[in-house]
Amino acid sequence: MRHHLVLRVIAKLLIPFILLFALYVQFHGDFGPGGGFQAGVIFAAGFILYSLIFGRKNALKVVPPGVLASGVAAGVLLFAGVGVASLLLGGNYLDYGVLRTDPVAGQHLGILLVELGVGITVAAVMMTLFFHFTGRDPDRSRSRRR
Amino acid sequence: MAVARLRNLFAVVMLSGIYSLLMAGIFVSLDAVDVAFTEAAVGAGISTVLMLATLYLTKSREKIPVHKPLLPLAVVLVTGGALIYSTLGMPEFGDPDAPINGHVAPRYINEMPNEIDIPNIVTAVLASYRGYDTLGEVTVIFTAGLGVMLLLGGRRRSATDKDEDGE
Repeated sequence: MRHHLVLRVIAKLLIPFILLFALYVQFHGDFGPGGGFQAGVIFAAGFILYSLIFGRKNALKVVPPGVLASGVAAGVLLFAGVGVASLLLGGNYLDYGVLRTDPVAGQHLGILLVELGVGITVAAVMMTLFFHFTGRDPDRSRSRRR
Repeated sequence: MAVARLRNLFAVVMLSGIYSLLMAGIFVSLDAVDVAFTEAAVGAGISTVLMLATLYLTKSREKIPVHKPLLPLAVVLVTGGALIYSTLGMPEFGDPDAPINGHVAPRYINEMPNEIDIPNIVTAVLASYRGYDTLGEVTVIFTAGLGVMLLLGGRRRSATDKDEDGE
């Protein structure tokens, strides 16, 4: 991938905006279309583009596999943790109203945290899938199958 | 039709990506912007990339099937015919008396400003009223990621271990 100068320059220009757009979709999901699922996918797409242009090794330097694996778990734990927190504060499971004294503000906080959890898990899983698929040597997996 | 007939899997992946993008356009015209967004990002974007990554591992041409496709074709035709027949009994599109508009939807629309008060009602339903469902979906994605990690990641490490032992 040494030669694709145009691709490299354009990708460098685009990736920050892709990540920014992902964060916008993530945290603006309460007001416009979007939410954790879409934001996670867009965020992962930014990293996948980076990995396609600059090579898998460089991308793995940015997001080490350990971080990805803990991200996969952290998102689900955050989601379930919000549920447990509302349970401990005296509400039903995933009833965000009790997170704050004002139920509406509690709902806002709960939705924000839950969407964040969704986003983290989706982004981490998408990147994990991509890195695991591209990490295998096609010749080896073919020869092993024979 | 072309997707089913083509043997070149690269073209099939591209066509299904285009199909997803068209579906996203249809969803937008049906005013389902959130669904369209997801379809464009997941269906047209990530799925295509993952399919291409899979093609990189396998061959990009489909094998000629050895059996006759008559029985699967019959099953598909019967199922599809039943589904199309059942759509005849569905209410008109946008009918206010349809069962889906009389169940919990009015309550969501009427009570949401008092209870949650965020402008995007889809997010409110998804994250709050249907929090359990969304938690389940996230768990499904989590499990899928875990499965890929265990299947592909684990085997790759054992393969490299074997190579190191051999050297």
